[in-house]
Amino acid sequence: MWWEGCPSTDKAHELLRDALAGEGLDPDAVELVEIETDGDAERERFVGSPTIRIGGVEVAPEEGEPVGLNCRVYRLRDGSVSPTPDPDDIREAIREAMS
Amino acid sequence: MNIGDAAPSFELPATDGTSHGLDGGPTAVVFTCNHCPYALAWHDRLLAVARDYEGRARVLLVNPNDAERYPRDSADAMRERVEADGGWPAPYLRDESQDVARNYGAKTTPDVFVVDGEGRLAYRGAPDSDYEDPSQDAAWLRGALDALLAGETPDPTETDPVGCSVKWGQ
Repeated sequence: MWWEGCPSTDKAHELLRDALAGEGLDPDAVELVEIETDGDAERERFVGSPTIRIGGVEVAPEEGEPVGLNCRVYRLRDGSVSPTPDPDDIREAIREAMS
Repeated sequence: MNIGDAAPSFELPATDGTSHGLDGGPTAVVFTCNHCPYALAWHDRLLAVARDYEGRARVLLVNPNDAERYPRDSADAMRERVEADGGWPAPYLRDESQDVARNYGAKTTPDVFVVDGEGRLAYRGAPDSDYEDPSQDAAWLRGALDALLAGETPDPTETDPVGCSVKWGQ
C-alpha cells in the first residue's frame, strides 16, 4: 500500500519483487493499493507508506504507530533508519507466509 | 524562488524559546521534521554540518508540518526531541503558520536552501546524493557553504530535493 506523499514506493516495489523472485515466487503477484484519503488510511489501518502485507500479515510490524497519510519509518537490521523495510524482513515474511 | 533571488526574511521561534532568522552571513535553511524517514536518515549529517561550520555559517532547521494532523511535529514534540538528544548544535524552529515554507517554496523534508551573505539564494536541493550513504556527509550542502565562504558560486546550485512531502494544513 502506498501514498503519493512518499517517494519510496518504487523502491519498496522493487525490493518486494526481488524477494518474491528470490523465493521462487511470481514477482508479478503484487497488488499495489493506493491510499488517497484519511478514510482510506482508516479503513486499511494504514500507518504509513509503504506498507507491505504478505497474506495479510505486516512485514516489520510496528505497534502503536498512528493510522494516517504518513511516510513510514523502518529500522533496518543494522539499526539505521530507512523509508523501506529491510530486505531480510521481507524475505522472512514471505517464508513465514509460505510455511 | 530561483537561484540569485532574494531569500524571504523570517523570524521563527526555536525549541529553547529564542528566535532566529537570516542574519547576514551564509545560512542553510533546512526544512525538516520529526518523523519523515528521509529527514531522519539525513539528520545526523545536517547536525554535523552545523557543528563543523560553527562561527562561519549557520544551519537553521525549520519544521513546517501541520501539527494538527501530524501531532508528532508539534512544538512540544520538537522540544522533547531536542531535549532527549541533550541539545542540538542548530536551532530547531517551528513554522506554525507554514508561511516560511510557503515563501521559500519548500516541497519536502528535508529541503535545503543555502542563502549567501547578501541574502540571496545560492543553493537549493538535497543535502547530498544519497540518504542511504552516510559517507556522502551532506556533500552538496557543505560544497555550497564552502563556495560561499570562498567568495565563489556553488556547483551545483540546484539538485532535486528528496523526502516526504511537506504536510500542509487544510
